[in-house]
Amino acid sequence: MDPLFVTGLSWSVVGVVLIKVVAVFVFLLLATMLMVWFERKVIGDMQNRIGPNRAGPWGILQTLADGIKLFFKEPLIPDRADRRIFRLAPYLSFVPAFLVFSIVPVGGVFANGEDGTVTILGHETFLQLANPPVGILVALAMSSVAVYGVMLAGWSSGSKYPLLGSVRASAQMVSYEAALGLSVVSVVLITGSLRTHQIVAEQAQGIAHWTLVAAGVVPFVVFLLAGTAEIERPPFDLLEAEQELVAGFNTEYSGIRFALFYLASFMNTITTSAIIVTLFLGGPAGPAPVGPPLLWSFFWFFAKLIVFLFVFVWFRATLPRFRYDQLMDLGWKALIPVSLGWLLVVAAIRIAYDRNYSSGQVLLVALVGGAVLAIAGLLLTAAMRTAQRRRDLEVERT
Amino acid sequence: MGYLDGFAVTFRKLFHGTEDGRVVTVEYPKKKRAKAVRFHGRHVLNRYEDGMEKCIGCELCAGVCPAKCIYVRGKDNPVDDPVSPGERYGFIYEINYLRCIHCDLCVEACPTEAITETKLFEFSFTNRQDAIYTRDELLVDDDGKPQRLPWEDWREGEDVHTSAWMRATAPSGAAQYEDQVAWAGELGYGVRPPEHGQRLDEEILVATDEAQADDPEEQVLHGVDAQTHGEINPQGHPHVGEGDVHS
Repeated sequence: MDPLFVTGLSWSVVGVVLIKVVAVFVFLLLATMLMVWFERKVIGDMQNRIGPNRAGPWGILQTLADGIKLFFKEPLIPDRADRRIFRLAPYLSFVPAFLVFSIVPVGGVFANGEDGTVTILGHETFLQLANPPVGILVALAMSSVAVYGVMLAGWSSGSKYPLLGSVRASAQMVSYEAALGLSVVSVVLITGSLRTHQIVAEQAQGIAHWTLVAAGVVPFVVFLLAGTAEIERPPFDLLEAEQELVAGFNTEYSGIRFALFYLASFMNTITTSAIIVTLFLGGPAGPAPVGPPLLWSFFWFFAKLIVFLFVFVWFRATLPRFRYDQLMDLGWKALIPVSLGWLLVVAAIRIAYDRNYSSGQVLLVALVGGAVLAIAGLLLTAAMRTAQRRRDLEVERT
Repeated sequence: MGYLDGFAVTFRKLFHGTEDGRVVTVEYPKKKRAKAVRFHGRHVLNRYEDGMEKCIGCELCAGVCPAKCIYVRGKDNPVDDPVSPGERYGFIYEINYLRCIHCDLCVEACPTEAITETKLFEFSFTNRQDAIYTRDELLVDDDGKPQRLPWEDWREGEDVHTSAWMRATAPSGAAQYEDQVAWAGELGYGVRPPEHGQRLDEEILVATDEAQADDPEEQVLHGVDAQTHGEINPQGHPHVGEGDVHS
């Protein structure tokens, strides 16, 4: 690999990158289109409705029809809007949604000594658009940039409801990013690398090596919850609580700009599912009974992806929306302490392994870590109870 | 399961529908739900069995209308070719459906049951002139059925019960008049039979129990049947004499 092209730039490299970019772009747009349809159809079934069934077979072209309709609608800009930022905001939330997917390995054979490379145009490459050394941090960074899209959209609308919605959204996203990051650190400690390619390669040996098992289930659960909050999906969709905020931060948007926000939210669902699969479920890892293993790697990746897409839809069909203080309580008083404590235990066990402790000693480290974690949890609970009691007393006095 | 019970419920619903079928929704333009027996829809002007118009141009409907959407002018009947049996007839009769709120007060006010409401609400016009229905458009045709105008969506069987609400309570909505035919015949239908009233007689309770045992969809149909064929039990209703009526 030659990231700075010191040996010159050949056409095959440019061709490979172009092919990958086009492939990711087309895949994400198509997947988003199908995801919107899938969500509406599954939710329809879960609520004993029919769901879209007019455009195309089983209504599969519904999103296309909606998109064409929105494209030809008048894009309104409110009088008191900050016009330049108002126009910029949709792209700030749309582009990061795309970029996150560039670090996801969608296929490749990692078992039996292979390292997941394929040869395209005579050039050896990975089945992911980019494999930067900072790896998974790109995903966290992009989700932070997406906050700007939401925040600036609400701010520049010059209207009250969008502003309230975006304030909620940015507070929520910033809070949950901490838990999200801490659960990723556990994964990175286990796999020993930030590169997504390396993370996937480390998990390729079998289910016992998947980070879901190797790092314990806790980081996975924390990531799933915090990820749901990060992409503002139900039950954490407070920024668009219709009953309170009309439509939230995108109330003043219409036409193609609204479509961009809408697509970005569904694209975020897909990319977050892909990141979960990559981090915790071994990405394209899985058995290849017959045929070329490369095709099986695609199959396993998309099978796992679809499971998580279904889970997100299932969440939405099942759970009522959180109240704002409950949301903040869950983020700050539950997810962050749990993921932080778990991270310390994982780190302790990791050090025990690195120093070649015997298995008994490793178990001892784990037990001590668990005990410390339990005591810390009790102390934290006691502290929060006391604080609550004092607040209640103060309320009584006034 | 505790907190996770809800997930099981939604997941089950993927494969099992409700008791009435797989879905609760209807594919509307293709299929319609049965409308309530006393649904308030577009009006009709009824005619007697001999084809005479019932409207006498008294303007009570226009007077009672809270939306002021009815405009009526009465005129003396031509001596050689009377339009209505009485002295006068509704010479101009217009209802503006951009104003009408379908409250049915005009139907209650009408002394001759000339104006009643059909169950049609699916009509839309592209200009204001079409929204004002004139006497010629409101009048029932020679079979006693409402006229079907080009912008109205009529389906089979929807034009049958055009005067249900009026017959249920008239006259004056008094419960003593239950099962008393106190209305004139209609073109195409003759004298419509009375329907089950509002009183909680023992036999009515039994009848509703039977209806509830059936499928809910059939229950609606039962109501319609009872109305069309006038299946009523004449027993158990106290006889109302003339003296009681006026007391």
